[in-house]
Amino acid sequence: MPPRRIGVLGLQGAAVEHRDAVERLGHVAVDVRRPAHLAGIEGLIIPGGESTTISMLLESSGLFDPVAGLFAEGMAGFGTCAGMILMSARILDGRDDQRCFGVIDLAVRRNAFGRQSESFEADLEIPALAESELGSEPFRAVFIRAPYVEAVGDDVEVLARVRGPGGDPHPVLCRSGDHLVAAFHPELTPDLRLHRLWLG
Amino acid sequence: MTEPTQNTATETGTYRVKRGLADMLKGGVIMDVVTPEQAKIAEDAGAVAVMALERVPADIRRDGGVARMSDPAMIQGIQAAVSIPVMAKVRIGHFAEAQILTALDVDYIDESEVLTPADEAHHVDKWRFTVPFVCGATNLGEALRRISEGACMIRSKGEAGTGNIVEAVRHLRSILGDIHKLTVADSAELYGWAKELRAPVGLVQEVAETGRLPVPLFCAGGIATPADTSLVMQLGAEAVFVGSGIFKSDDPASRAKAIVEATTHYDDPAILAKVSTGLGAAMPGLEMGSLETHLADRGW
Repeated sequence: MPPRRIGVLGLQGAAVEHRDAVERLGHVAVDVRRPAHLAGIEGLIIPGGESTTISMLLESSGLFDPVAGLFAEGMAGFGTCAGMILMSARILDGRDDQRCFGVIDLAVRRNAFGRQSESFEADLEIPALAESELGSEPFRAVFIRAPYVEAVGDDVEVLARVRGPGGDPHPVLCRSGDHLVAAFHPELTPDLRLHRLWLG
Repeated sequence: MTEPTQNTATETGTYRVKRGLADMLKGGVIMDVVTPEQAKIAEDAGAVAVMALERVPADIRRDGGVARMSDPAMIQGIQAAVSIPVMAKVRIGHFAEAQILTALDVDYIDESEVLTPADEAHHVDKWRFTVPFVCGATNLGEALRRISEGACMIRSKGEAGTGNIVEAVRHLRSILGDIHKLTVADSAELYGWAKELRAPVGLVQEVAETGRLPVPLFCAGGIATPADTSLVMQLGAEAVFVGSGIFKSDDPASRAKAIVEATTHYDDPAILAKVSTGLGAAMPGLEMGSLETHLADRGW
């Protein structure tokens, strides 16, 4: 596969880890902080960070509309934690003025597991990895003040779930078309399988 | 489609989970706030977290006396007001205050020289806590000692409450300069470096190999303007703490927002010029020579 040019939204949060992952897989990572940085990218990763901050900076930097435009033209997106929130159709427990791209039909609850004391790591069984010949071993997933999914649309495939504080299972990894979203942080562990899955 | 199975065991309070929150704050601004109203202003301006305390460093400096952990009611008021992470400070070595902050469910504990130290020889054993800690450092040895005690984030100390960036610059240059020297040192020299830095040789070897601290390096102590933020980010800080610089200025809401944008666009002078325009007066600053107490000297 020829190297692809992948944007990583670098307004705030753990962007450098995603750029490293993209480069380790042989692709070109572009730090996207201004509209000019979007030129020629074939996919966009929206990293973890503070979703309210990133959302505000998307507006002030003039990036929101051009990114929304690229998504409308079919650009693939990979969102982790705050990135999942920003790519979803509906945010629960967000700020009233918080905007999201709505490219994947999910309702996502912000800080759904609670404060930092409830942040956790766990082994996830992700059958989609084995189906894509990426191995069947569990994926060590790091959840930091993480969101989870409350409701999924018809065209969304749920790839993994975990139990929320109430004991009910909630989706934490979802795919729809070329878009992949995770409530956790694959960029914080050396396991590159989810980046591989998204890059195809 | 294969229906995914449930996971079983989850682990909270691991080092990766504690360190992970520091990674999520990178490129952001953590703002000191003393009331829920200020916390709302900070969140509205795009802060990634707030530091809840009773007095900003400029007032602690002015008032004198013993500065302690904040009243729990005050911290809880701020937790109720915002949805972003809430940090709070404990005195150096005061593990009982840290236990109380843990019970209050704060998101990060700052073992801070801005408060009056409780122990003249020992910092808190931060490995014993599930809540992550940030500690200040003036040089690489101090940073590595704090990391060896379990700190998951280091902030250069600067000189809090002065609105004067000179000490923050000195500390950042010292930490990053010595990291660079380690990367070009011979492996045999690293033992001497460990002795000189008074830091564990394993951490010294790790820094020599990676060329960076094992945890994120943020900057604190003296940031008052968007230009200050740009300066320290260009020097190599990964995020900034702003204490007195926002709420001791003429127009805190505008200045807070400008500093948030300056942190993201630290390398774009055109954006920095735009966000620096029309902010009113910055906090009044203090010359280092005029200080009775140098807070950065606290800690060992």
